[in-house]
Amino acid sequence: MRYSNLIKIALKALANNKTRALLTMLGIIIGIMSVIVILALGSGAKESIKDQIGTMGSSDMIMIMPYMGQEGGVTQSASNMQSLKREDYESLLNDAKFLKAVSPVVTTGGQAISGSNNTPTTMYGVSPSYLGIRNINVSSGAIFGDDDVSRATKVCLLGRTVADNLFPDGEDPLGKTIRFNSTPMKVVGLLESKGASSVGQDQDDMIIAPFTTVQKRFLAINHLHSIYASTVSEEYTNEAMAEIKEILRRNHKILEGNDDDFQLMSMEEVMGTIDSVTGLLTTLLACIAGISLLVGGIGIMNIMYVSVTERIKEIGLRMSIGAKGIHILIQFLIEAVIISLLGGLIGIILGWAVSAIAGLFLDMNTVIQPSSVIISFAICTLTGIFFGWYPAKKAANLNPIDAIRYE
Amino acid sequence: MNEIIKVDNLCRDFKVGEEVVHALRNITFTINKGEFITIMGASGSGKSTLLNILGCLDVATSGEYYLDGVSVRKMDRNKRATLRNRKIGFVFQSYNLLPKTTAIENVELPLLYNKNITSTQSRQKSIEALTEVGLADRLYHRSNQMSGGQQQRVAIARALVNDPVIILADEATGNLDSRTSYEILALFQKLHKEGKTIIFVTHNPEIASFSGRTMVLKDGRVIHDTPNMKIASAKAVLDTLPVEEEEEDIARHIV
Ligand SMILES: Nc1ncnc2c1ncn2[C@@H]1O[C@H](COP(=O)(O)OP(=O)(O)O)[C@@H](O)[C@H]1O
Ligand SMILES: [Mg+2]
Repeated sequence: MRYSNLIKIALKALANNKTRALLTMLGIIIGIMSVIVILALGSGAKESIKDQIGTMGSSDMIMIMPYMGQEGGVTQSASNMQSLKREDYESLLNDAKFLKAVSPVVTTGGQAISGSNNTPTTMYGVSPSYLGIRNINVSSGAIFGDDDVSRATKVCLLGRTVADNLFPDGEDPLGKTIRFNSTPMKVVGLLESKGASSVGQDQDDMIIAPFTTVQKRFLAINHLHSIYASTVSEEYTNEAMAEIKEILRRNHKILEGNDDDFQLMSMEEVMGTIDSVTGLLTTLLACIAGISLLVGGIGIMNIMYVSVTERIKEIGLRMSIGAKGIHILIQFLIEAVIISLLGGLIGIILGWAVSAIAGLFLDMNTVIQPSSVIISFAICTLTGIFFGWYPAKKAANLNPIDAIRYE
Repeated sequence: MNEIIKVDNLCRDFKVGEEVVHALRNITFTINKGEFITIMGASGSGKSTLLNILGCLDVATSGEYYLDGVSVRKMDRNKRATLRNRKIGFVFQSYNLLPKTTAIENVELPLLYNKNITSTQSRQKSIEALTEVGLADRLYHRSNQMSGGQQQRVAIARALVNDPVIILADEATGNLDSRTSYEILALFQKLHKEGKTIIFVTHNPEIASFSGRTMVLKDGRVIHDTPNMKIASAKAVLDTLPVEEEEEDIARHIV
């Protein structure tokens, strides 16, 4: 027996029963299609969430905040809330080997006014390196210098939303003086637009000024709300976090065994959390798709079973002219595998089309990984063999005399 | 060696519930190369059971069976399948062609299960066999486009294609009208003349006169086994029958 002949025989049998073959395929088509669509949408969603998170800051960013406590809603002691000081910033700037940039952050809400236009917004008091840490670019003008920081000069940079609200007539804000909570501030630069963040917050609704200016002229405080830093390289995030912890504990004179009065969060952790959430979601959906594949497989078994019963006489004839049990077994298995593979192929094509269309509507970049195609084909072959086996075995074990007499 | 078939004290019992049916009882005979033998008997006399054993589809409960000098009794399922594939040609009452399949594909079928034969050879042999049965112009007709007589010819071509040592026909004319039956018998006589060994099973006594030997079964026993000296010619009978164009016409129209 040539195995090419068995393939020929199986193909002919399928060609003679196109409708039955197509119906059998349906389950596999739907199953594979949903696997492909789900995996593509899952990885597309992950990509676009990551892209948006990326606008929050570079992936090597670390945020340092006062310790807020584990229990939400519990009022913290004032001293804890004010645990971050300018000295901490300076120590990190001078001593931390794993950090390439550090910036203090103090924020205050208020009303920005220019002529008859005004808009509520938030002013961020930072150092010049803040822009690099947060991936913010200056579109015109320039960031203030270190001497502006040390002298607490009244200069600022406007986010796109603020600039548009204060200068709606297209006037160039650069060099103009605006007022923030009645304090005049000179506009020295404009920020490039960043769009909405992943949580829908307008990231262009901001004013940036030297942190000393915000501390002294608006808030009258000595502490910092938070410190942003970026590591020399993403791989050193853990080392950088350990180093920050060590420096801050030393500065705050925290005894061994006592808790930190600050907390750290790295962009990497945020990304990791997102990864695990979307990963879980994808796994869950893939399980559902897997179940539909299982149903498809049972469909194959079902129809193969009917097909064996329908073709008992044919099987008897084949045996009487010299087909061995193994030939019948392989013929039916090949039929099942061809059905699964063909169904899989159609499913992959449909899945690709559907995810491309869905990606268009959801405005995300759906990615079909080669691995999901390979896995689909492997699943199809296994489904065909697994669910085709039982009916094929039944066919192979038929007694030729009973089979040929079967009516 | 001249002996194609030799059976010795063959018995075949079937267990049906508590009872045992003795379908064949102590059957002994030999068939030589080139014989055309008719096996007759009433329904239930054991003809098909005997033919199944001779065709290696079934094995005897006891007794020996030698096909072309080889003992079949000790063979397993797979060896018997190969033996059927190489040495036996079956013709059934109900043709048993694959549906929606062309004549040539049906005839090729036994050769597909023979690894020594290439697809070119099998094509060639199938065309020869179909020519032999007079269907050279119907190679690519599908089984459902042919008349009963034509279908049985395709089935005979399929039985010839592997060049078997023996052709076994079980009620091969049972589904055909009398004219077509004689045509098929004439074909068997032609094959016999060309040297084929044929066993023809039938319950119709008229058919016995066309073969050289008649064996009669009753209740699983051979009660007669006689040579036939006056062999009638099916072709001659055919010539005496009024010519019916109808069937050929119908066949042509279906095409
Ligand atoms: N598979 C079987 N199981 C039980 N009894 C059987 C089986 N095959 C045949 N028989 C019995 O054996 C006897 C001979 O049957 P069969 O060879 O088919 O007769 P024929 O072909 O001469 O009409 C009958 O009594 C039949 O009922
Ligand atoms: Mg019978």
